[in-house]
Amino acid sequence: MDERTSPGQKDFTIGTEGVSLYYGAFRALRDVTLEIQPRSITAIIGPSGCGKSTLLRLFNRMNDLIPGVRVEGKVLVDGASVYDRDTDVVALRKRVGMVFQKPNLFPSSVRDNLVVGPRQHGLKNEAQLSEIVERSLRQVALWDEVKDQLKRPAQSLSVGQQQRLCIARTLTVEPEVILMDESCSALDPESTLRIEELMHDLARTYTILTVTHNMEQAARVSDMSAFLMMDEDRAGTLVEYAPTGEIFSNPKDKRTEAYITGRFG
Amino acid sequence: MKSPMERFTERIFLVVALSSLSVLALITVFIFVEGVPIIAKVGFFRFVFGTVWAPSQNLYGIFPMIVGSVAVTLGAAVIGVPIALCCSIFLAEFAPAAVRNVVRPAIQLLAGIPSVVYGFWGLLFVVPFIRVYLGGPGLSILAGSIILGIMMLPTVISISEVSLLSLPRQYKEGAFALGLTHWQTIRTVLLPAAKSGIVAAIILGIGRAIGETMAVIMVLGNAVAIPESILDPARTLTTNIGIEMGYASGDHQQALFATGIVLLAIIMLLNASAQLATRRK
Repeated sequence: MDERTSPGQKDFTIGTEGVSLYYGAFRALRDVTLEIQPRSITAIIGPSGCGKSTLLRLFNRMNDLIPGVRVEGKVLVDGASVYDRDTDVVALRKRVGMVFQKPNLFPSSVRDNLVVGPRQHGLKNEAQLSEIVERSLRQVALWDEVKDQLKRPAQSLSVGQQQRLCIARTLTVEPEVILMDESCSALDPESTLRIEELMHDLARTYTILTVTHNMEQAARVSDMSAFLMMDEDRAGTLVEYAPTGEIFSNPKDKRTEAYITGRFG
Repeated sequence: MKSPMERFTERIFLVVALSSLSVLALITVFIFVEGVPIIAKVGFFRFVFGTVWAPSQNLYGIFPMIVGSVAVTLGAAVIGVPIALCCSIFLAEFAPAAVRNVVRPAIQLLAGIPSVVYGFWGLLFVVPFIRVYLGGPGLSILAGSIILGIMMLPTVISISEVSLLSLPRQYKEGAFALGLTHWQTIRTVLLPAAKSGIVAAIILGIGRAIGETMAVIMVLGNAVAIPESILDPARTLTTNIGIEMGYASGDHQQALFATGIVLLAIIMLLNASAQLATRRK
């Protein structure tokens, strides 16, 4: 494809082609086709249980952890189908980072949380690891708050700080895509705003996909929005995918309009 | 307001619960009453660190038994702990449900085998094996360590498995999301997170080993001397009591109770440290 430059800088295509996902016999996603714009923020919105997180977790194959999951169709990351037999899932997850709904720091120090990824990917040099720690903490604007407390247990930080630390941890392995699964839902409004600012900054270098319940947040942060809904047999289907401005001001589909204006969901 | 019947039921349960506790108190008191005078008579230091145990000459030094207990238990830990940890990691992380459903009850069954059967098996297979291939009398610290190493497996495996399984799923997801392999995740995230539980498991396993008597009597040779190699026979605190209780009387009998005090102290210390390990998060 394109010439490779430094990580996070290259043009990078991800998306799905006719993807359906089954939990055993239950179909959770039906025929979803979505092309994600690189270096932008795409919000996946829709009512509870419509498969937003399931869709998000396709891109780093996090659904694999659930027994009985079956995927049909194609999920593309950098043009390669990630559900191919010969996909290196570990390498994929390094490129497609993920921030979860609740902060999920490991029960160790701030620094240890940040060095575990790079170290396991082969970096042993302590000075370089310290550089990564500082850089990633600066990227999430946490450096000034915790630079003197790197040995402190990570789980003793405030929830908002923890979530920013989780984002920093994701950045330490230099992903190209960042998946955010309702990553602000456990946070207070102020922490939420900080994370949203952060997402704006990060979107200059990274491709961000975010799932959110919060319509205002989707309107504030995202460039593109994908509206997902359950069809008559409860499978999530993509109703509308368009620039966020259009979705919110001039939705093409009646169902999108109904959801946005708060008639259901 | 509780009905009188309900209150009565509660009382009954309280009494029964307290009675089991009082048995513990009773045993402890009894052992101390019987054992403390002889320790006072011999002197605490000479009792614990004396190297000669010769009841016929009124010499009561239990140091060889302490060395024996420590050696056999350490040996058991060296043999049993790595196997148990691998097994618990396998069960908690790798084993498919079908395998797990066979292995887990099989390990529980291991805990149900009477210790005399372990001892008998050790005497018939382990002891001759050591005698033929490694030399010495066969009845040895090594034989005891192997048997106890196996006997501590169920304790260590089930407690460490539980502590691995009780970790929040989010740890594993977080590690996977960083592109760590399953084994890297186990090594760098899950095992450290489950450390306190695993430490407790090991301590309780060691407590199990140090308290075991019957199987050890049968394979250890029971010589009262400080062993010089793992192929030498030895005697532990428990076997000292087990062997001589039948015919001891007077000071001798009291000295055996005093041996029990030392054993009780060691086991209480181990249990307390296991408690401490699980509490500190």
